[in-house]
Amino acid sequence: MRGELHYDAVVIGAGTAGLVAGARLAEGGARVCVLAKGIGSTHLAPATIDVLGYAPDRVASPSGVMPEFVSRHPDHPYATLGVDAVAEAARWIQARVESGPLPGYRYIGDLDRNYLLPTAVGALRPSAIVPETMVAGDSVDLERACVVGTRALRDFHPALCASNLTRLGIPARSVEAEIELDRADQNALGLARRFDDPSWRAAFAGRLALKLQADERIGLPAVLGIRDPQGAWSDLEHRLGRRVFEIPTLPPSVPGMRLFEILRAALRAAGGRLVLGAEVVSSERDGSRVTSVATHSAGHDSRFVAPWFVLAAGGFNSGAIALDSHWVTHEQVLGLALRGVPAEGEPRFVGDYLAEQPMSRVGIAVDAELRPEGAENVLVAGAALPGAVPWREGSGEGIALASGSRAAQHVLARAGAPAGAAA
Amino acid sequence: MNPSTGTTPIDDLLRGSIDHCVKCTICETQCPVSNVTPLFPGPKYAGPQAERYRVADEPSVEWSVDYCSGCGICSQSCPQGVKIAEVNAQARNKLKKQKGYPLRDRIITRPTWLGRAGGGPMAPVANLTIDFKPFRILGEKLLGVHRDAAAPEFARHRFSSWFKKHPSPPTGRKIIYFHGCGTEYYEPWEGEKLVQILEHNGFEVVVPKQDCCGLPLQSSGLFDDARKVVLRLARALVPYVRDDPDTLIVGNATSCTLMLKREAREILSLEHDPDLKLVSERTYDICELLLELHDRGELKTDFQPINEHIFYHAPCQQQGHWIGKPALDLFALIPGLEVTEGNARCCGIAGTYGLKVEKYDIAQAVGADLFGQVRGSGATEVACDSETCRWQITHATGQKSAHPIDYLHRAYGL
Repeated sequence: MRGELHYDAVVIGAGTAGLVAGARLAEGGARVCVLAKGIGSTHLAPATIDVLGYAPDRVASPSGVMPEFVSRHPDHPYATLGVDAVAEAARWIQARVESGPLPGYRYIGDLDRNYLLPTAVGALRPSAIVPETMVAGDSVDLERACVVGTRALRDFHPALCASNLTRLGIPARSVEAEIELDRADQNALGLARRFDDPSWRAAFAGRLALKLQADERIGLPAVLGIRDPQGAWSDLEHRLGRRVFEIPTLPPSVPGMRLFEILRAALRAAGGRLVLGAEVVSSERDGSRVTSVATHSAGHDSRFVAPWFVLAAGGFNSGAIALDSHWVTHEQVLGLALRGVPAEGEPRFVGDYLAEQPMSRVGIAVDAELRPEGAENVLVAGAALPGAVPWREGSGEGIALASGSRAAQHVLARAGAPAGAAA
Repeated sequence: MNPSTGTTPIDDLLRGSIDHCVKCTICETQCPVSNVTPLFPGPKYAGPQAERYRVADEPSVEWSVDYCSGCGICSQSCPQGVKIAEVNAQARNKLKKQKGYPLRDRIITRPTWLGRAGGGPMAPVANLTIDFKPFRILGEKLLGVHRDAAAPEFARHRFSSWFKKHPSPPTGRKIIYFHGCGTEYYEPWEGEKLVQILEHNGFEVVVPKQDCCGLPLQSSGLFDDARKVVLRLARALVPYVRDDPDTLIVGNATSCTLMLKREAREILSLEHDPDLKLVSERTYDICELLLELHDRGELKTDFQPINEHIFYHAPCQQQGHWIGKPALDLFALIPGLEVTEGNARCCGIAGTYGLKVEKYDIAQAVGADLFGQVRGSGATEVACDSETCRWQITHATGQKSAHPIDYLHRAYGL
């Protein structure tokens, strides 16, 4: 039929969960197409692999706390995914980072221990597996730090970061670096491109070295290269003779762009397709099976037909789950049933903005295999899963990785068999 | 038409989309222009933000939007569906109306006039002139066309005159070929290959009398002229598809097919023109069509090996079809063909943008990433779906370039 393409699996969403599911499906031999309305979570998040940071107290060891955590939260995605699945998915992504298009770039860590990394405002954030370029920021040992910023990057304030770190017991000071630019301000990506240039960063390091004191590690906004971050970071450590670490910035996130490029390359290398600008606008069903989804491509709609669909379009943050003006909550892509929505008359919001909101754990109602109610050939991955509050727990990437991987494994284990037969 | 603002419903829909902007800055990371020059502050600033200061019937308050190249990457990457490029194109039109159009913009946006003047029998003389430095310097001084900008050579024959002597065997499976100006005046061989590929797959190719799609006029902000030109093309194509729901229009000029499919309807506020609507729904990019045929098992795959290494760059306008990169799926069908997929954003030319003297340096800076990737790839040729991008890439790198269908044509042994 005109306007139709057939795949073994179609993934909706190109954030971490969708790209992981897509790449792993392709690596398993499936013909896969990843559809996305636009670029998503990767470019907005620090791109560290946060598995479990708060439960609710700060977590030193995610794997140590996990059994007790899931027993207290039996509806949490981790309760069905299991810590081993998170660990396996984490090892997979570490391997893809190492074999990816950024030479020498690595993710360090495991689930037994959280790093404690400074944020742009000088708070400390627990994360399990992080880019090697951030590791020296680990503040468990309270080593002296010098936070370096530049006026050109207007969303990063080294003095604020340093003073908050000092309040937390980490001796820190700040320095404004002089940089050569042809413009008054520059976003994180523009600076990262400069740091890819060896002669530019040599000049930068030469000027910065004059302002440094002995025995301090150097924190810089996470702009140390987009194509060759390992080269830029190790070169700066060498030139400055000190440990150097990146501090995640406000969006846009350069480490996130690196991760997107790594996952996109893994998908492509395994023969998967990625279509951006492809918002899913409708779907067709045959009873409890979704048979196709359609996107608005230019001029006419394109229909993507597959025996399996992985829905990884995100939750409230991306708009894939929405609360309308009649106070009704919807899953926007396939119209699936939700779980965790406060009952009629119950409060939906509480006064303290930063408290856990009654809507926080809303997600698509899935079974232990991540299948939604009434759609047996759909698997849900990432932020659309119910029962978690990733931004409070520090669990977003762990859930995305493990559920994206689980969805891919579910499909691959049943590919070839008539869909639904295994149910 | 909204009487108080003079806008149409599609204009209001585009403008209304700016309220969906959450300031995530993803478009800012994708914009090829703002990443190399401070003259364009970026799609978010020029679009969803500056648009709030643009009031109907009042003069434009800032002029940087003229430096947007109209590549459309911002709209494609926006996770909230904001029509950034489209809003900026309309703002550019308003600005240009106010500032006035340089004579240059009225000339270089008319490929048909240029092609008729310089193509065919006049080609040898015209090409000498294009290569003649003093003439190019004069062109820069008088018109503002940069002396070093990539200029294609006119072909000695037109595609349409080749096709007149080439009867397409009647098979009952008609397909309408929209060749565009690039194929007609500069690269007739691309059209010849496309026709032979389609005929090899059992189609009878029909080539209606046709003209420019108006994209160059639209991207230079000459909307009134662009509307006339694109509607004339729609009227020329629509009789061929009106009566048969299975007949498609196919083109190899990916930016021109995108103009017919979407840009004219959205940016030029022609959403409701019935002829353009029908043409828009039936128009296919050639690689999009061939991939669909393959999906249905209707594409012949008697491909002979091509033991070469090529570099593929998907042009911005091809990406604007929102169909992914079908050329890569087609290349995968050719035994032996090794393909390096580039990940640079844009070659810089953006149709006529990189020809303009005040924008030439920006266009070259935009393309630098791609040119470096091409040089470093070790590939012998560059495949790219858009002719102006190919000219820019070849001009900058010295590497031979071709439309993706060239490799299919070779692999078929046609």
